[in-house]
Amino acid sequence: MTSTTVATPAARLGETDLQSSARRAHSRRTAWVWVGRVAVAVIVVGGWQWFTTAGWVDKFFYGQPSGIWDSLVHLFTVGTAFGTIWENLGVTVEEAFFGFLLGTVAGVIIGILFGSNKYLATVFGPYIKVLNSIPRIVLGSIFIVAFGLGVFPKVLLAAVLVFFVVFFNAFQGVREVDQNLVANVRVLGASTLQVARHVTIPSAMTWIIASLHTAFGFAIIGALVAEVLGAQHGIGLIISQAQGSFDPNTVFACMVITAVVTLGAEYLITLLEKAVLKWRPPNRSEAQAI
Amino acid sequence: MSDQTRRPHPPGITPDDAARIDIIGLTKRFLTPKGEVFTAINDVTLTVEPGQFCAIVGPTGCGKSTTLAQVSGLEHPSAGSVSVGGQIVDGITDGVSYMFQADSLFPWKTVLGNVMIGPVLLGTAKAEATTLAMDWLRRVGLSGFEDRYPHQLSGGMRKRVAMAAALINRPRILLMDEPFGALDVQTKAIMQTELLQLWEELRPSVLFITHDLDEAVALSDRVVIMTTSPGTVKNVFDIDLPRPRGDVQQIRHEERFLELQGQIWESLRDEVTRAYAQTAGVAA
Ligand SMILES: Nc1ncnc2c1ncn2[C@@H]1O[C@H](COP(=O)(O)OP(=O)(O)O)[C@@H](O)[C@H]1O
Ligand SMILES: [Mg+2]
Repeated sequence: MTSTTVATPAARLGETDLQSSARRAHSRRTAWVWVGRVAVAVIVVGGWQWFTTAGWVDKFFYGQPSGIWDSLVHLFTVGTAFGTIWENLGVTVEEAFFGFLLGTVAGVIIGILFGSNKYLATVFGPYIKVLNSIPRIVLGSIFIVAFGLGVFPKVLLAAVLVFFVVFFNAFQGVREVDQNLVANVRVLGASTLQVARHVTIPSAMTWIIASLHTAFGFAIIGALVAEVLGAQHGIGLIISQAQGSFDPNTVFACMVITAVVTLGAEYLITLLEKAVLKWRPPNRSEAQAI
Repeated sequence: MSDQTRRPHPPGITPDDAARIDIIGLTKRFLTPKGEVFTAINDVTLTVEPGQFCAIVGPTGCGKSTTLAQVSGLEHPSAGSVSVGGQIVDGITDGVSYMFQADSLFPWKTVLGNVMIGPVLLGTAKAEATTLAMDWLRRVGLSGFEDRYPHQLSGGMRKRVAMAAALINRPRILLMDEPFGALDVQTKAIMQTELLQLWEELRPSVLFITHDLDEAVALSDRVVIMTTSPGTVKNVFDIDLPRPRGDVQQIRHEERFLELQGQIWESLRDEVTRAYAQTAGVAA
């Protein structure tokens, strides 16, 4: 009975009612999510401020939100002993960026090469495993001894950290290629290069791009650690100086600055991902964004 | 130029000998991970006449896909030989297209990009390849869908794209490995009819693997029954249903169709039972 009256005004009214109530429920849920998020920030930052002000936690060791804010203002207005904050941030970002680029390019090329060549993969496999298992951060000391206090050893350390992340993903991506697709294009007369261009590389791209999110974080870590180990400019140098003068607020301020940079880079990588992987069903990339 | 050489026969004219497939004493052995030798197919001998539609039917695991891989030149026989157009296959055979049960479309290419891949791999200029691909999309009824990605299409539409991509280079030989196996019954019937129409136009020699006896009889000129593993040719049936066959769903009710289907089932039944006993024995 009711199913035949779908087109009547009354039934349509029911439909719009349903729609608007669903929409209201949805916006109510969104509002509550934001209330929760703000509450978490207020409790953590406010609690920190309160505990240090009250003296239950020593602000000399643990810093204080208002102190961090003052440090940030100081960094951006007065600057540091090694130039303005912008100069230092520029140096760190430059190191991380070139390290990221170098590590990504090397990781993609070698990952795809090893992924498609069984002999190379078998010969180098154990060495890659050994290299992956050593604490690569320690290489920073060697690079600084070998190449001095300039930009180059920082780029190198960032690149080494990035390389392994990208390499393993590119390698795995090549291994996951649909063999039917390969058979298909080979029968159509594709050369080895054409198989790589039309099948292997695009197919591995999903994996590679997914790895770039993590990789940029590693590039920043590499640059910062190398700067802490020895530098003339950079956020890492500011951090190590602040550490030396028992100034936790400036260390936290530097953390905030790098976090903002990393979030910005993350945003750019997401844009790249959207552009390159626009062929994917939307629900999958959404799931990955979470 | 290359397009001319890839077109050994204009539509409607009987194809020449370039499309003949001679499989003689074909044997393929694999080394299992344990190091034992496993014979997948043993002494398979069969001929596909130029422009003939030949179906291969046999129990699962009897070596049908293996046989196709030897014809394409993707694999090398352990013994015996495959000749295409009188030439022994050694390396990738020229003028072959493959169609698998899985879509094997490029998920990152548009419909147009997927269909274009054949000419592009041959070095055809992009504009020319695009025109050709658009024409093929029209033929398979997908005009207007050229900018879609495969995940935005239905199963039947994806099959049409795969069919256009397989035929755009006008292959001498079309290798089909259970191409419609994953489709629902109605879509399958539509695709079979469309395949027959395209085949009548281009007349490549077809090797068509299927589990579906009705499909084999309705489409083919010749049905080859293979034995249980290690597979070899058990029987060959010539299907004398008149061509063009038109709507595949209509033929199924014809008397001659049912007669042939019955004969072939007689031959196949033993093998299927034996294959089942083998696997059941393994499972027990
Ligand atoms: N590369 C391979 N290595 C080892 N065994 C294989 C390989 N390819 C196929 N086989 C085996 O050969 C037999 C026949 O396989 P296949 O030709 O795929 O059968 P069908 O297509 O008839 O179902 C199967 O038992 C399969 O396990
Ligand atoms: Mg098979």
